[in-house]
Amino acid sequence: MEQLLILLIFLPVIGALVTAFTGNAAKHVALVFAVASLALTAVVAGQFIPDASTQFVVNLPWIQDLGIHFHAGIDGISLITVLLTNVLVPIIILASYQHNYKSPAGFFALILFMQAGLLVVFTAMDAFLFYIGWEAALIPIYFICAIWGGKDRIKVNMKFFVYTIAGSLFMLLGIIYLYLQNPAHNFDIQAFYQLHLDPVQQGWIFWSFFIAFAIKMPIFPFHTWQPDTYTEAPAAGTMLLSGIMLKMGIYGVIRWLLPIVPAGVQEWGNTAIILSIIGIVYASLIAFKQKDAKRLIAYSSIAHVGLISAGIFALNTQGMQGAMIQMLSHGVNVIGLFFVLDIIFSRVKTNTIAELGGIAKSAPKLAIAFLIIVLGTVALPGTNGFIGEFLLLIGIYQYNIWAVVFAGLTVIFGAVYMFRLYQNIMLGKTNELTVGFADIKGTEQIVLVIICALIIVLGVYPKPILHLSEASVQQLLEQVNQKLTSVK
Amino acid sequence: MNIIITIVVTALAVLYAGLFKAKKALLPLTLVGLLISLAFAVTAWNSNTVYYGMMEMDNFAIAFSSLTILGTIFIFLLTQNYFAKDSENVAEYYTLILFALSGIVIMVSYTNMSMLFIGIEIMSVALYILAGIRKSNFASNEASLKYFLMGAFSTGFLLFGITLVYGATGSFSLHAINQYLIGNYQAVSPLFYPGVILIMVGLCFKIGAAPFHFWTPDVYEGAPSLITAFMSTVVKTAGFAAFLRLFAGTFAPLHDFWMPPLMAIVCITLFIGNITALFQKNFKRMLAYSSISHAGYLLFSLVTLTANSANNVMVYAAAYTFASIIAFAVLILVKQKTGHDNFESFNGLGKRNPLVALALTIAMLSLAGIPLTAGFIGKYLMFLNVMNEYQVYLVAFAILNALVGFYYYLRVIVAMYFKEGSEVVLETPVQYKVVLILSVIITIFLGVYPTIILNLI
Repeated sequence: MEQLLILLIFLPVIGALVTAFTGNAAKHVALVFAVASLALTAVVAGQFIPDASTQFVVNLPWIQDLGIHFHAGIDGISLITVLLTNVLVPIIILASYQHNYKSPAGFFALILFMQAGLLVVFTAMDAFLFYIGWEAALIPIYFICAIWGGKDRIKVNMKFFVYTIAGSLFMLLGIIYLYLQNPAHNFDIQAFYQLHLDPVQQGWIFWSFFIAFAIKMPIFPFHTWQPDTYTEAPAAGTMLLSGIMLKMGIYGVIRWLLPIVPAGVQEWGNTAIILSIIGIVYASLIAFKQKDAKRLIAYSSIAHVGLISAGIFALNTQGMQGAMIQMLSHGVNVIGLFFVLDIIFSRVKTNTIAELGGIAKSAPKLAIAFLIIVLGTVALPGTNGFIGEFLLLIGIYQYNIWAVVFAGLTVIFGAVYMFRLYQNIMLGKTNELTVGFADIKGTEQIVLVIICALIIVLGVYPKPILHLSEASVQQLLEQVNQKLTSVK
Repeated sequence: MNIIITIVVTALAVLYAGLFKAKKALLPLTLVGLLISLAFAVTAWNSNTVYYGMMEMDNFAIAFSSLTILGTIFIFLLTQNYFAKDSENVAEYYTLILFALSGIVIMVSYTNMSMLFIGIEIMSVALYILAGIRKSNFASNEASLKYFLMGAFSTGFLLFGITLVYGATGSFSLHAINQYLIGNYQAVSPLFYPGVILIMVGLCFKIGAAPFHFWTPDVYEGAPSLITAFMSTVVKTAGFAAFLRLFAGTFAPLHDFWMPPLMAIVCITLFIGNITALFQKNFKRMLAYSSISHAGYLLFSLVTLTANSANNVMVYAAAYTFASIIAFAVLILVKQKTGHDNFESFNGLGKRNPLVALALTIAMLSLAGIPLTAGFIGKYLMFLNVMNEYQVYLVAFAILNALVGFYYYLRVIVAMYFKEGSEVVLETPVQYKVVLILSVIITIFLGVYPTIILNLI
């Protein structure tokens, strides 16, 4: 069993090393490895027993003098994020097929490296390992965005990098502090769960972790790096950032923040929810005004993530389960949106909304796919977005009725700006740019079919996914509540 | 002792080889000599030999000697044609560097204040000459003069400090001084305190810690790059070992007294080093200022003395040495080709010289402290050390500084990969490739599996 998880984590590393030396065939090699990872994930998911336990546990001594172990395992919460990563990475690689990136070997190798880093983050049971994965995922995406990005990439990426690394360093400070508090002097997650910290300590630890996670997601006011970075990154980079990487922040909150410092969460969780809700309203309002479609999606992403984080800090099963499924749905949807914009950009070299229009006439298949993705994004019942947002809103409602009033705005605002986006791009009159718009074909078609299928399947039958994480989520909340009552 | 003897004999042999115009023999001779002394060092492990109470080859001394000798070997490998264009008498370079190294071995193994002084002087005098060895170059002359004046000045401080300590304790022996401190803990002679501070000032000059750092940027810039590499890696490591031996060992009972001023020095050093490095347009000056900031991180291990302090310095110094050697090696290659050492000269390096660019990237990531490189483990140990007494604010301050560091180290990476450049192909001799590859391997290996050196000393 434990070999399975080691293989899962290191297969992308091997893939990256192989890909790095394959020259122009890199994309095919990378895809083979990504699909192999996906198959392996399917095996893992098949063998997974959906109870609250941690399975496939690997615990090897690594830097023993410092109490660092290669300790990883998968429970329901991890499994969802591992699924997310390994389903989306092959899609992202396939979506990059149409591009002729310069030095493709490096490009695809970096994607696979990043995948390995993400898998470490999502399975780590050792805080130090978690931190290593956290940083190891950042370095490749930095290079992807900075080498293959748009013309302002250097400045924008510097901001992105400094922001995220600042967050991580303060998290490191928190981790070291917890390590010293732990009498066993190791980084084991269970030991961290059992620490008895006083409320003041918990407050500090809360912030040292929360800032790192908030920057990654991003939550208002830590989001300012995000729209620029999304805009300037190459298509695959944007998909990795929005589809998978921001889930690192959400996962971090669930796995590390809530159970370790529940009193800190109790004290500061309101602030986190308020910030999330401000982010929802603020980002939605800004999304209205965007002229560039890519920026619009970037801001809508801030709004959606705000809803997820508010749902988590509501600290109830519905909110948490909503967050779990919404992580998956948001990943699929946002990748779909960015891919459609990438297809449009590759044909007409613009993402400015005003310059587009009437694409549906010449590219009906693209229009249908885009419509399905938009419907998923605005959470139409029967699509994947619905079940997640529904659960999240119930969760927030239980927390506070006013919170849900404002958080619910994301649904309304989202529908307005997404439909307007759709209308302005796809419908209406064609102009000289869009008149000869070629419809999707080949890999584009495959990718969009997969994405649309995921949207519908997850929307119609979300139960198996919800079932995977349910027991783990329950246990986690019980743990948090138990710790809170024992403090009192 | 045979380590020092081997180095000195090698130095003399090289000098004679130079006299008889055997230029081809210089490098092999030096390398053989250094490898033999390295072998002596390794075989002396755990033997703990004391030499008349003046020097002690304990594991601490052996570990640091080995590190400095290895660093010197790497730097010698980079000398391919480097000195030949400056001077007819290449042998002098070799001899002087080797003499400096012999001083360094004394600096890491002294158990008597007089040996500390002698070691520092042997090293420094050789370096004064090396810094100014380009006779016709104005910057090199300036560097030499500045280094000499500042060095002489700091020696004065050091000597005065040693004298005061001698006055208080009646001995130069570290052991005796330590016994005195333990025995008279409540009533240490008032002469002792200024003595400690003056010694600290003298040593801070040598390691280039702020506010005694003013000589570093100019000297580093003016001296030939290879000499700068030697100064900022091997010499600096030796300075720290000397510092550590005295303060973490002998003066440890007075920790409460000398820690606050040291903490101030740490903060100023980190701040000044990082902020000024941020504004440099010249890669070499950036390295000079960043080396000041690394001095700040290294001093962390003295702020909180733990059982691991010495070893933490060892790990950090190793990480820093090998990453810096890569940086200077690439700098030399780039300067040979383009004639400049500002950041623009590195533009477009990634396309034409993937090996060199990759090595420099890993070096920069290590200096910045990114996980899975040796630099991260080094920084992590330093932070951990200080966090042991929950000096959270100091660590937070250091983290903010590390953030500034990321910014300027990334500038090189940005230049190499993301900016269009003249796309020159560097001529990378085999020795350079060997040094780059070995240093990269060491950097990554120590980053991924640091266990082998974590409890060395």
